[in-house]
Amino acid sequence: MSMYSASKTVAFPQSAEEGAAFAGRPLSLPTWFLASGTALFATAAWIGFGLSCLLWKDLGDWSRTDALAIAAFIIAGGILAATASGKWLGRFGTGLQARAPWLLAFGLFLTLWEIATAKFAWLPLPFFPPPQAIIEVYTDDLPKLLDSVFASVKLQLGGYAIGAAAGFLTGVSIGWSRSVGYWVHPVLRFIGPLPATAWLPFAFFTFPSSWSASTFLIALATGFPVTVLTWSGVASVSNAYYDVARTLGAKPSFLVLKVAIPAALPHVFVGLFMGLGSSFAVLVVAEMIGVKAGLGWYLQWAQGWAAYSNMYAALIVMSLLCSGAITLLFRTRDRLLVWQKGVVKW
Amino acid sequence: MVALAPAERAAPAVAGASLDVEAVSHAFDIDGATLPVLDDISFGVKPGEFVALLGPSGCGKSTLLRLVAGLEPPRSGGLREDGEPITGPFPSRVVVFQDPTLFPWRKVWDNVALGLEAQGILKHQRHRVDAAIDLVGLSTFCNAYPHQLSGGMAQRVALARALVNDPKILILDEPLGKLDSLTRITMQAEIASLWQRSGFTTLLVTHDVEEAVFLANRVIVFSDRPARIKVDIAVDRPYPRHRGDPKLAVLRRNILGLLGLDATW
Repeated sequence: MSMYSASKTVAFPQSAEEGAAFAGRPLSLPTWFLASGTALFATAAWIGFGLSCLLWKDLGDWSRTDALAIAAFIIAGGILAATASGKWLGRFGTGLQARAPWLLAFGLFLTLWEIATAKFAWLPLPFFPPPQAIIEVYTDDLPKLLDSVFASVKLQLGGYAIGAAAGFLTGVSIGWSRSVGYWVHPVLRFIGPLPATAWLPFAFFTFPSSWSASTFLIALATGFPVTVLTWSGVASVSNAYYDVARTLGAKPSFLVLKVAIPAALPHVFVGLFMGLGSSFAVLVVAEMIGVKAGLGWYLQWAQGWAAYSNMYAALIVMSLLCSGAITLLFRTRDRLLVWQKGVVKW
Repeated sequence: MVALAPAERAAPAVAGASLDVEAVSHAFDIDGATLPVLDDISFGVKPGEFVALLGPSGCGKSTLLRLVAGLEPPRSGGLREDGEPITGPFPSRVVVFQDPTLFPWRKVWDNVALGLEAQGILKHQRHRVDAAIDLVGLSTFCNAYPHQLSGGMAQRVALARALVNDPKILILDEPLGKLDSLTRITMQAEIASLWQRSGFTTLLVTHDVEEAVFLANRVIVFSDRPARIKVDIAVDRPYPRHRGDPKLAVLRRNILGLLGLDATW
């Protein structure tokens, strides 16, 4: 069985990297075209996007159409140049080759979007702005957008840090001490499952400022999953580890800090991940309702003024921030948990 | 109880402690019912002696080791190390369990360093960790994580983690039970020579009769649960021993007979 497949596998490149090495050899022009075909189509798609900006007149009044077309041509040129010099670019070239289908799809999507909105208004216009309208937001409304990003990040970081720390400490205490568990567990069961947003009215009249109220809510949303998963992580540590440590002379503090906590860490990270997700939801709601700053507030404001391009622009930024936060968390986990086999890639 | 001969051996510098097990009985509570495990066990181990505890699976040998380690107190009776009552775990009595139970988040070096770190003396004793890893021949794997080791290597690390504490009593709870037979033979020889060089008292639980007679200078055979001592046999052969030694073969056959398994041999 294996003999047959072995003779087959020799002929074809098995991965993108091998594929690139394949393309890097001195090849005849048609073979080169086959190997980098997708990248060439991607170039064409981006040229098409640029042309679609210029060929027809805009239906609305947007100032960045020509700039967008130039940017599209530059990107197209970049893809072409990188493909032609692929073998000198090393890892970057390989990465580009692997992402060529995505570049193609994105170019096609932008072309379609441009035509369907700015040029023929197949999608109703104020609600579906063209790409250049969103670019315009990023260039013309940048200070306000940056202020909002800064406010959101500040609020989120504070609340998340407090919630994660409190949840971790509570979780370890419940998992470790029976008497703490006796008192805290029922409270946790009663309060924990309540969505943090249900506390909004209470929080906004109890706390001195809307900022501290929102911090409390974000901390609450983060704290519950972190507590539960830290607790279950500590509780599920095998007794054999404690036996080993005890026979080697470990004191209780050593058992908590050097056995229970490191063993529970994989669970803790699941809790931190879940907490991050639910805290995003609370952040946006809190900003929309109470806090007069941040991306949630910006969204609300944009919608109120029917500034739909601002809304989309803010949504894109928000998505990048949330995704970036999760990437950061996963990177941290991968660094701390190198000892684990087969961790999920984000 | 049949004591066949007094246990003697040409001991090196004796670094081991004596162990006295005095009328120990133990039981577990399972769903309200009491399950007796050990029934009036008494025996003494001299400093530097190698005693193997043999018995049918689940008879309570491992429980006895937990009592010796101090991980649990016995229901009745007492245990003494060098005449001092055993009241809790102490690094002079270390256990190597059937599973290596290495901490997966620690590299090999840090796993071996565990005992010294727990006792707060690692800072000035780092060379002892290196020496222990050297002793089991894993110096090149200091920076490996446990999941990168084979079963035999992991058990060697567990052995080093125990030896780094300079134990007076080394407690081996079927440490080779899960290894393949070739690795097991190699490690039996290693354990024998380590014990000969360092002179600690060794208590080995095993269900492998050949292993018991090859390594120990005394074999204590237990009955079914609740465990009682059936027989206490001296293995009066010099070290290094050879597996083909006909006297060991006779002994092995006798012991298998005591366990009711001689028919197939």
